Amino acid sequence: MYSFDYVRPSSVAEAAQALAGGDATLIAGGHTLIPTLKQRLASPKTVVDISQLSELKGIRRDGNSLVIGAGTTHAEVAASPEVRSSIPALAHLAAGIGDAQVRHRGTIGGSVANNDPAADYPAAVLGLGATIVTDKSQLDADSFFTGLFSTALQPGEIITSIRFPIPEKAGYAKFEQRASRYCLVSVFVARMPGGIFSSGDVRVAVSGAGQNGVFRVSEMEEALKSNFAPSAVSGITVPASGLMSDMHGSADYRAALITALAERAVEAAQA
Amino acid sequence: MTVQGIGAAVQRREDLRFITGVGKYTDDISIPNQLYCYILRSPLAHANIRNIDTSEAKSAPGVVAVFTGADIDASGAGGLPCGWLVTSRDDTPMKEPKHPILATGKVRHVGDPVVAVIAESLQQARDAAERVKLDLEELPAVVNMKAALQGGTAVHEEAPDNMCFDWELGDKAAADEAFGRAAHVTKIDLINNRLIPNAIEPRAAIGQYEAGTEEYTLYTTSQNPHVIRLLMGAFVLSIPEHKLRVYSPDVGGGFGSKIYHYAEEALVTWASKQIGRPVKWTAERSESFLSDAHGRDHVTHAEMAFDADGKAIGVKCETLANMGGYLSTFAPCIPTWLHGTLLAGQYATPAVYTNVKAVFTNTVPVDAYRGAGRPEATYILERLMSKAAQEMGTDQAELRRKNFIQPSQFPYQTPVAVVYDTGDYEPALNKALEVADYSGFEARRSAAKAKGKLRGIGVASYIEACGIAPSSLVGALGARAGLYEAATVRVNPTGSVTVLTGSHSHGQGHETTFAQVVADKLGIDIEQVDIVHGDTDKIPFGMGTYGSRSIAVGGTALVNALDKVIEKGKKIAAHLLEASAEDITFEDGAFTVKGTDKSKAFGEVALTAYVPHHYPLESLEPGLEETAFYDPKNFTFPAGTYVCEVEIDPKTGFTEIVSFAAADDFGNVINPMIVEGQVHGGIVQGIGQAVLENAVYDDNGQLLTGSYMDYCMPRADDVPSLKVHTMPGTPCTHNPLGVKGCGEAGAIGAPPAVINAIVDALKEYGVDHIDMPATPEKIWRAINSASKPMAAE
Repeated sequence: MYSFDYVRPSSVAEAAQALAGGDATLIAGGHTLIPTLKQRLASPKTVVDISQLSELKGIRRDGNSLVIGAGTTHAEVAASPEVRSSIPALAHLAAGIGDAQVRHRGTIGGSVANNDPAADYPAAVLGLGATIVTDKSQLDADSFFTGLFSTALQPGEIITSIRFPIPEKAGYAKFEQRASRYCLVSVFVARMPGGIFSSGDVRVAVSGAGQNGVFRVSEMEEALKSNFAPSAVSGITVPASGLMSDMHGSADYRAALITALAERAVEAAQA
Repeated sequence: MTVQGIGAAVQRREDLRFITGVGKYTDDISIPNQLYCYILRSPLAHANIRNIDTSEAKSAPGVVAVFTGADIDASGAGGLPCGWLVTSRDDTPMKEPKHPILATGKVRHVGDPVVAVIAESLQQARDAAERVKLDLEELPAVVNMKAALQGGTAVHEEAPDNMCFDWELGDKAAADEAFGRAAHVTKIDLINNRLIPNAIEPRAAIGQYEAGTEEYTLYTTSQNPHVIRLLMGAFVLSIPEHKLRVYSPDVGGGFGSKIYHYAEEALVTWASKQIGRPVKWTAERSESFLSDAHGRDHVTHAEMAFDADGKAIGVKCETLANMGGYLSTFAPCIPTWLHGTLLAGQYATPAVYTNVKAVFTNTVPVDAYRGAGRPEATYILERLMSKAAQEMGTDQAELRRKNFIQPSQFPYQTPVAVVYDTGDYEPALNKALEVADYSGFEARRSAAKAKGKLRGIGVASYIEACGIAPSSLVGALGARAGLYEAATVRVNPTGSVTVLTGSHSHGQGHETTFAQVVADKLGIDIEQVDIVHGDTDKIPFGMGTYGSRSIAVGGTALVNALDKVIEKGKKIAAHLLEASAEDITFEDGAFTVKGTDKSKAFGEVALTAYVPHHYPLESLEPGLEETAFYDPKNFTFPAGTYVCEVEIDPKTGFTEIVSFAAADDFGNVINPMIVEGQVHGGIVQGIGQAVLENAVYDDNGQLLTGSYMDYCMPRADDVPSLKVHTMPGTPCTHNPLGVKGCGEAGAIGAPPAVINAIVDALKEYGVDHIDMPATPEKIWRAINSASKPMAAE
């Protein structure tokens, strides 16, 4: 680690100001930043700690949405009665991130902003069609994740909360890379409430596998829209050509896992 | 058995300080005025060193010294010695290239130490290291052993074909004859995957030189401080042993990786004299991945011949063993004398032959890791047995039973040099099968199938050679050290006892088990016993702890010293009781005149020895302190059977280990709870090797699994609740405690049990082998490369 200045602002506005100073980086849970700093792979001049900001904390129901403050830890999401009743699949996802220590430090905002291609949360954000609320704008999930570790956030922009529409049903299935316990592949499936004469929209999002990070599988979405059952997706495979391949899983293995996990996510959604 | 003596499940006395964070490890020690060392390591696997420019680093803030290999050479210091000479089958000695403290001329693996930067703070040393200009000319990396032997690039010019030695054991003609008349031959090609040890405490070392007395102290994370003192003092730095103290305080795990004399130990000791201030180095975890000796890494072809009755009549093996970029301290003996000699296993196979070629590559040196050679031998034999059973349509347990050496055959001379003193293998097999509910397995297989899962069951019967080792024997086999052990029993005037042992505890629990032996023999409370180890200024010259040798060798030295104490105590008591020493008995802490109620307590005798007012001074020295050195008469041979059951999800290839049963014969047991803990740890490491752990190098010699993000250590939820059973067993016949050792058994027996279970689960797909680690993808691929289940219902 190189030395750096550490500041702990008392508001989001102050944090934004500190960031604007240049060569500064935010820290929330620190699970990506601290290992990078320790290996001397990053050398920011200033680290701006937003982990204690109360305006980034909290979980609330807002009409048909669930709003989770960006500074909310995975453990808080996993244990929240509000999340467990309105989007149990999201609580289940949070409960399976890393280990107990990780879940008590890591935050939803940090995970979404980092957009690690093997992280859990991007699957839920994209799979539920959530809105990423920042100190400057509101971004929809479909245009937010722009590639590996990259997002539509502008320099200095701070995520303040994530707004999840509450689905009719949702399920999450994850296959861990066994060393890191990140997602080798994970699939989030959600069916939104339908209208009186129409069935709800279905979204299927895959994390851990895509060469450009989290992505949707429209063929599965179409099939599930007419038949929301595991069998609807069991014959659908994602082409291996766009998938990551490394020592933990080749592209064709990841493709097979996507199908298997999509079935299980639908099964979980029905449970 | 008493509540504290031999056989009692006494809670570990040392754990309180460990679990409350008040243990004292090397890195916890700081010496006034100490400096910090950062080691710049090679980023390339193989390269010529064209130039090292340290001028900017030397002038960086806080820097006191920057050293390269040239500085060390100029001082006359030697390279790191190898402690075992293996001779090839053509009677030529192994190739033994120089192993410099800091690389000179070439770098030979990623992580090879090149420059030492020593500064007032670690941060300053790291900053300065970034200013060192390392000019390397990259050479092709030698990574794959088969390719290495085909020539081209040489890791060392002393070994142009990269072969360190080409060794054999056994009667080849007899084996060929057996294969010639075999009714069935089972063949297998397998890989014993490279493992990275990962002790919880990274290595650390502090060197300190006292100019006034010309004395050196090395604080280090070692399993055997006297071995380090001998090797470093005599062969590397030419420090007289009486001027060198090596101290290993609390050590947080070793698994073999802390046996060896490492460059960093010599470096900080040498540098402390150059600079005149203490120098400290502590490995970072990523540094441990690149500098602790790795384990295993064999590629083997093996065959087993059977007669028409299913009796094994011959075994032949051909193994390539990776040595890495340099010879680590005991590397040559691991794939040879600790491996080939175990290739008879528990079986009465009359002819066994093995050939081992050791290969230099541009990887981290490989040496002993929990089990050391014996897991590799057991894996070969036990895969052959289960594969043979599958091929011959025989039950895997019954095939083993049919081939066991029978109790009446002991002592049993194997065809591979060693003599098993005792054993009885069938009861452990029966027990393991019973605990695993082997007979109920097919019903569980069907139940799993009904829910779309594949179940398999695997058996493995292991043997190991522990209690290393008779010095004259290992000397004849190339060891450059003796392998006895030493103990001093110092009875203090008030009757408490201090034991100074050459064994070294780095997690094993000696402070409890050794105290139990003392409590049992002297009839005193274990709270009255202190076990001191790890400091060469205190303990007699001992060889340390590895190869499951502590209780069998160190424990015997302790018993012999205790016997001397008792003998002297009898003489003192006889004087006090006005009787003849021959008439004194010692029992439950009291010296008694036979047939009378006249007696003296142990404490009274101790006090008399130190306050000899009424004492036979003309015939007996005062004091009560005895030392014994014990050289074992033979190895000990623990053995047992493990049964593993797995359930595989065919859609993902994920394997759940649903049950694991173990039945071990360790001979007599000092503390059954500690033994069970050792077996648990060993089995979990074995499961780790079988399904999770793998050191992966790319073609350029870069370690791809250089952190816990990619190298998978087993965690608690990866293993089921283990069902471990210690057999009443067959006590060792040649040591007084009848003990054999238990530290490595789990890591030896578990891998084949797990793989046999996985292969059994996949047999309907025509799978007859899967290499370790059996990852989900490998299993998924094995299932999907089979066109369809062969025995679909």
